Amino acid sequence: MYSFELEIPTTVADAVAALGKDEAQPLAGGQTLIPSLKARLAAPSVLVSLAQIDEIKGVTIEGGTVTIGGGTTHATVAAEVAEAYPALSYLAINIGDPAVRNRGTIGGSLANNDPSACYPAAALASGATIVTNTREIAADDYFEGMFTTALEEGEIVTAVKFPVPEAAAYIKFEQPASRFALVGVFLAKYADGVRVAVTGASEDGVFRWSEAEDALSNSFGADALEGLSLSGDGMISDLHGSGDYRAHLIAVLTKRAVKAAA
Amino acid sequence: MTKVTMTVNGKAVSKEVSGNTLMTEFLRDELHLTGTHVGCDTSQCGACVIHVDGESVKACSIFAAEAEGASVTTIEGMANADGSLSVIQQAFQDYHGLQCGFCTPGMVMSAATLLKDNPKPTEHEVREYLKGNICRCTGYHNIVKAILAASGQDVTGIAAE
Amino acid sequence: MPKDHGIGASQKRREDVRFLTGTGQYTDDISTYGQTYCVFLRSDVAHGTITGLDASEAEAMPGVVRIFTGKDFEGIGGLPCGWEVTDKNGKPMKEPAHPVLAQGKVRHVGDPIAAVVAESLEEARNAAEAIVYDIDELPAVVDMKAALQAGATKVHDDLDDNLCYDWQFGSDQAAIDEAFSKAAHVTTLELINNRLVANPMEPRVALGEYNRANDESTLYTTSQNPHVIRLLMGAFVLGIPEHKLRVVAPDVGGGFGTKIFHYAEEAFVTFASRQINRPVKWTSTRSEAFMSDAHGRDHVTKIELALDADNNFIGLRTDTLANMGAYLSTFSSSVPTWLHGTLMAGNYKTPAIQVNVKAVFTNTVPVDAYRGAGRPEATFQLERLVDKAARELGVDPIALRRQNFIDSFPYATPVAVEYDTGDYTATMDKLEEMIDRAGFEARRKESEANGKLRGLGINCYIEACGIAPSNLVGQLGARAGLYDAATVRVNATGSISVMVGAHSHGQGHETAFPQVVAEMLGIDESMIDIVHGDTSKIPFGMGTYGSRSLAVCGSAMVRATEKIINKAKKIAGHLLEASDADIELKDGQFTVAGTDKSVAWGDVTLAAYVPHNYPLEDIEPGLEETAFYDPANFTYPSGAYACELELDPETGRVTIERFAAADDFGNVVNPMIVEGQVHGGLAQGIGQALLESCVYDENGQLLSASYMDYAMPRADDLPFYLVDHSCATPCTHNPLGVKGCGEAGAIGSPPAVVNAVIDALHSGGYTHVDHVDMPVSPHRVWKAMQG
Repeated sequence: MYSFELEIPTTVADAVAALGKDEAQPLAGGQTLIPSLKARLAAPSVLVSLAQIDEIKGVTIEGGTVTIGGGTTHATVAAEVAEAYPALSYLAINIGDPAVRNRGTIGGSLANNDPSACYPAAALASGATIVTNTREIAADDYFEGMFTTALEEGEIVTAVKFPVPEAAAYIKFEQPASRFALVGVFLAKYADGVRVAVTGASEDGVFRWSEAEDALSNSFGADALEGLSLSGDGMISDLHGSGDYRAHLIAVLTKRAVKAAA
Repeated sequence: MTKVTMTVNGKAVSKEVSGNTLMTEFLRDELHLTGTHVGCDTSQCGACVIHVDGESVKACSIFAAEAEGASVTTIEGMANADGSLSVIQQAFQDYHGLQCGFCTPGMVMSAATLLKDNPKPTEHEVREYLKGNICRCTGYHNIVKAILAASGQDVTGIAAE
Repeated sequence: MPKDHGIGASQKRREDVRFLTGTGQYTDDISTYGQTYCVFLRSDVAHGTITGLDASEAEAMPGVVRIFTGKDFEGIGGLPCGWEVTDKNGKPMKEPAHPVLAQGKVRHVGDPIAAVVAESLEEARNAAEAIVYDIDELPAVVDMKAALQAGATKVHDDLDDNLCYDWQFGSDQAAIDEAFSKAAHVTTLELINNRLVANPMEPRVALGEYNRANDESTLYTTSQNPHVIRLLMGAFVLGIPEHKLRVVAPDVGGGFGTKIFHYAEEAFVTFASRQINRPVKWTSTRSEAFMSDAHGRDHVTKIELALDADNNFIGLRTDTLANMGAYLSTFSSSVPTWLHGTLMAGNYKTPAIQVNVKAVFTNTVPVDAYRGAGRPEATFQLERLVDKAARELGVDPIALRRQNFIDSFPYATPVAVEYDTGDYTATMDKLEEMIDRAGFEARRKESEANGKLRGLGINCYIEACGIAPSNLVGQLGARAGLYDAATVRVNATGSISVMVGAHSHGQGHETAFPQVVAEMLGIDESMIDIVHGDTSKIPFGMGTYGSRSLAVCGSAMVRATEKIINKAKKIAGHLLEASDADIELKDGQFTVAGTDKSVAWGDVTLAAYVPHNYPLEDIEPGLEETAFYDPANFTYPSGAYACELELDPETGRVTIERFAAADDFGNVVNPMIVEGQVHGGLAQGIGQALLESCVYDENGQLLSASYMDYAMPRADDLPFYLVDHSCATPCTHNPLGVKGCGEAGAIGSPPAVVNAVIDALHSGGYTHVDHVDMPVSPHRVWKAMQG
């Protein structure tokens, strides 16, 4: 690992100030960033840990909205939203492994926007709002492709607001080695329609499957998806599965998500 | 360099570390607690699992400075006060839950937090919980059996003699 | 009532206490005064010519002690291959140079170009990044078929082509041709035995230390066989005589074959520590392990079986391409030939068998033995083929196997080996009893009701273990003897240290070996310790691989213990004033037969070291004996395995529901340890079948270069296994009647899994699927279903 200063602020304001330094980079749970630092794939001068900022930790449930602090670990999310938003809890408890879930955070995951990560699917399917130290960003505007988001330099995800759906499910088909999603489908049914977000599959990162959303908004049931399919073009093709296979899985998992949510 | 102070296996320690010192390096190189092993560089194998404030954490994926003020337990702190093996350690020996021993510290540490949170896990729950601990020797059979036994459950009916 | 001590007791392992408390001492846990740290600059391209290499700026960086390049190794030996294979035209295999650091060319991603020795690891890394070098990239040779085409780019410029050898073995051509011309049915299968990475959880580490005072070097290394390393490195690479070279393999965190071989890093740290007169330590990262540990398997095979009208096997022919990688690793050449071809008879009395193997150089990491080494490749081909034949003929796959079983022993196969003993019907009977085959259809219906397919796959296996009779393997090209050795040192108070050539890195020798000596002497195991892993302490033994430790080294230990007993009886005879021929040893007491006159074990051992009343004119004082044991034959463990799985036809995902293994290991010393060995082997075999795959792209870049892409089996991938070893036909030629159990699981399980997958697919109407290559990933199953 290259050498750097590690700063551990306790307030968002201090973190933002520290991130203003030359070549500064935020460190959330570190479960992705630390391995890449070890591989010398990143060379910050200053690493700003967000792990000790209490104001961005914790879950509040109020008036049909679950608000999760950006610094909340997957383990905490899994435990605290179990009743209010079971599909989101299920997603969180199936990320990585217990030790990773004790460190990794929702804010870190959303800021990184790994194309195979789970949380982006939940945020996008839920029409969540990503709250930062400077603004609020609708999920539909937030994800800009693999490892790319609307976040500016030095901007920190302080919270994520999830409107609680009437019904929801997350179905993850694991890549056997990394245990990230080879394909993951998050489906959320709201009064004004159904949203279906897919992770792991597209070369453009997480996306909404609009045909499925339309069909399901029209008639919520697995039958509504009959005959719907996606093309493998533009899907990730790697040693674990071709684009066509991923496209096939999306249809299978979406049907399963409908059944699980129903 | 910054000074970090924490409790490790019940003893207060204070050392100067640089920002990029990982907890694995701190334990192994500074404190000479070599029971915490490094088996990968992608935060997956789990040979380095330790407890930070009672929760399982991969010591390869946390900086020493991030554990400032924390209470840390490593495999060296898991035996009973008289030096005898703890219930989980003893079950690993009784049920042959280890072979080369390299993954074993992480397995024991993970098993301990599993049983703390879920005192009577099912086989499925044990296997799910161990997703982040890779063993190449045992095929997991006897590890799962040992953990079920350590939880006080009857394992005599489990496949194999 | 199960035994609680001696041979046959499931004693708990004594080594566990240190591993469970974090006090094991693995190589990376050893640090020495003045230690420096080494980092290798490794090639990031698969093939190229080094046109520039300048370390001068890097050498001036903070903390750098010295930087070594290929120039420093000019005139120094390369890494040797321990087995010379002769091809079918009588020519020796091609044996290209294998330098410690690249000499002008790089031949695989990970090939070491330079090495930095520095005061700290980070300083070494910084300097390694600062080394300036240029590589003119050459086309990478990756695919074996393409590598053999005329005009293909050569991995080694000084060789004629990329063919290491073209080997043929077994029945003569006329016999094979006749079998196939007479055949009523011929079943053919083409398949790939997927490239694997052994992945012991402890990455390799090497620490070299030089003592100027006595000109002695010490190498601490993660090895399965410290004496083999001392021999190869001392004699062939660095020219250090044995008495000036000590190799220590302390606690080693798993090996599985990949820690047999002598590696460049070991030679480097030993060499460098002599140059700079300071200890040099190298610790592999996991990423580095993927591109520097020898890989395993990687065969492409076409196999054909000829059957007569009564479904008797009458001929078998195989053609295999075996990947050697860029260089010949220590035992690489023997794996696809003598460890593979000799097992092609399997459990069947096929009268004519011919094996053809072309070994190929490619721009990939060297390939060598991995758990099973050649035998899993043989078993997989044969047992997949027999299953396919049964399906084509519409006969029960178990019945077809039973019909063709070898049923009288000893049995000389057409592929050179003679099976001393076995009972394949017994293990198959046992397996059928274990798996509730009668209930399978009901379980299948239940799966189908849940939208899943269910398959049952069965296979047999045989392996040749306890490697090996030295005179035989010498004729076959081995450049070493394959005996082993043990010294039994009885101390004055009766406690015993047994110094053994075998090395324990998970196998539990420290527990199981004393059980044997304790049984022979009738004393408690707690009086006996095993010493292993340090060439300065142990006799010259060849180490642990090929399921040989107990069969070969254990036999040496028995022989040495017999010598101890003989001498002790003489001493006892003297003390009891009786002839030593009349002395009986039982429960640690020496008794004059038919009398109540006796002396205890401790009285005799004390007399040996305090020889006041002692027959000094007849025997020497002291009680210490060494024996070397060279086996008369291989041992032949065998068995029958079954896998029952569910297949999700929508996703292609396969889930193992049940796995049963009925093994014949001959006699068993510690059943608990034996079962553990089987479990571990099964996980690696199931891992090969379903999950693991080492993949290169067409440019020779390693795609599965970390646990993010190389799927290691985890707890939730695997079931509890049902294992049995009650069908025991003891080995006829070693004193313990043991056969070895370390590799069985890895050898026997892959065909069971794939056979079960095919069975599941056929039950679902996907009858066009003859075969799915391993790993049988969801994607591959789905693709196969598409047709």
